[in-house]
Amino acid sequence: MDKLESIKSSSKMNARIRKNSIWKSIFFLSTLVGLVVLAILIVRVLGQGLAWLDWDFLTGRLSTSAERAGIMGAILGTVWVMIVVIPVTLIVGVGTAIYLELYAKKGKFQSFIATNISNLAGVPSIVYGLLGLTVFSRLMGLGNAVLAGGLTLALLVLPILIVSAQEALRAVPGYLSEASLAMGATKWQTIRRVVLPAAIPSILTGSILALSRAIGETAPLTVLGIPALLIPFPNGLFDTFTALPMQIYYWTLDSSLVAEYANLAAATIIVLLLLLFILNSVAIFIRNKFQQRY
Amino acid sequence: MANSDSNNNTAVNVSEMIAQNKKKKNLSNFTEKSVPVILFLLASITVLTTIGILYTLITEAIHFFMEVPIWDFFTGTELRPLSQNPEFGLLPLLNGTIISSVIAMLVAGPIGLMSAIYLSEYASDRVRRVLKPLLEVLAGIPTIVYGFFAFTFVTPIIRAIWPQVEATNILSPGLVMGVMIIPMIASLSEDAMTSVPNAMREGSLAMGATKLETTFKVVIPAAFSGIIASFVLGISRAIGETMIVTIASGSSKNFTFDITESMQTMTAYIVEVSGGEAAAGTTIYYSLYAVALTLFVFTLIMNLLARYVSRKFREEY
Repeated sequence: MDKLESIKSSSKMNARIRKNSIWKSIFFLSTLVGLVVLAILIVRVLGQGLAWLDWDFLTGRLSTSAERAGIMGAILGTVWVMIVVIPVTLIVGVGTAIYLELYAKKGKFQSFIATNISNLAGVPSIVYGLLGLTVFSRLMGLGNAVLAGGLTLALLVLPILIVSAQEALRAVPGYLSEASLAMGATKWQTIRRVVLPAAIPSILTGSILALSRAIGETAPLTVLGIPALLIPFPNGLFDTFTALPMQIYYWTLDSSLVAEYANLAAATIIVLLLLLFILNSVAIFIRNKFQQRY
Repeated sequence: MANSDSNNNTAVNVSEMIAQNKKKKNLSNFTEKSVPVILFLLASITVLTTIGILYTLITEAIHFFMEVPIWDFFTGTELRPLSQNPEFGLLPLLNGTIISSVIAMLVAGPIGLMSAIYLSEYASDRVRRVLKPLLEVLAGIPTIVYGFFAFTFVTPIIRAIWPQVEATNILSPGLVMGVMIIPMIASLSEDAMTSVPNAMREGSLAMGATKLETTFKVVIPAAFSGIIASFVLGISRAIGETMIVTIASGSSKNFTFDITESMQTMTAYIVEVSGGEAAAGTTIYYSLYAVALTLFVFTLIMNLLARYVSRKFREEY
């Protein structure tokens, strides 16, 4: 006991212990750095934009005068784009995931597709913009219509959705499908009536997260040449549109000319972040409420 | 008689049922056979996307290199796409991309790694359950919001402290980009560190090492490949990041190393030129694809490198 005490009180041991606790605080503080920046960002945006955020702003049309400008066009544009993105990504994404997880034979081809998907996930979004510009805008002649923007964003978030759908399908235990097959159900019947229903909550969660990525994405839209000031509202898939992030982009750029535009950008950011917050809350709700643990 | 009648009835029913069953079977056989084909076609869309990206970038870049020699493009220090006798040198853009990524990694690397150490080695379960989702919020914020933040908040603060800094400069977007990448490095490194088996930590602690010594001499070496992979992915993210640098760093095409000045990255160049300035078929238009191809190859190499590192040097326990 004496010996232990003497070791403990020896200056070297104390120094080591002190070093440990000093570093512990440094580690803790660096964890806080990100969170402090997040807090500053949110407080700053709220402080700048909240006063400008009212019903007229939400429902108004775009205008060069800051007092009268509204973002209804951008909101509708974002909604229209989502009308394209949601079905395309869900059908293609879930279909691909089912194929890879349940049909494809484990082998070179399957691992080729899997590698390809993870590489696609790492491609910068601006490159997707150029793909959309070349294929959808120019080749298919869609210009800067809703459909061109929606398809471009759909391709962009597809890898995210595929990976999360694959994980969802993998989490469905094998005995469920084995029981179904043993009862005489065919493979597709088993997938449609047993595997998919069990996986749907996780698939929904993943697709909402992919969707929120698409909502906030700006770079590919700038490449497509989405216009700065658009007075008419979009009414269909072939109409020209603008979206919330594009609106933020132009107002931020022009804030060096008209100072109030920075406030309009901040107010639009509040709308965008609120939308993302609601979507993510829904995703978390679905995950907690419906996800079964087997 | 009644008996045979009912027998007859069932016989008819059975044969009908068999016929029906056959029809059903044919139908379900058809679905059983066609579903995999449809799903295969859906799965091949991802492959088509890759082919589409490669095809468009390469064919249009070839057009560009027929007008501008490839050597001049990669070694040129002058980028003047709109002047009378245009010059298309990549180096100013490459320089802007590298400098902004270095600044971002100087922020995100140490802070992300230290956050990962705290979350994986020091934080209690309860603290981790609060901090981790909050950090992930940081990753979910659209980059355009960071761009706004860099341009309207960070830059003015930097200029108040350091007056030589221009209204658009590479420093402010670099720093903000770093903050954006923190959660990525933190969560990937943390995953690598938590997968180090506890037995190794306990062994080290039992030998009298402090937690700090255990972290640096046991956990980090064991998780090294995952940590390096997270850094490489962070760099790849910084290279491909577009909106923050487009907004806050301006469009000056100077070949300079002065971080107080405006610089253009490859991504910002693509935004500037594609935003209506270039008509299809002009050299400027084709230069988009040459720059994008370079960007694509860079990020692809980074992503492959990250996967190679985490696979090749993974320590199996």
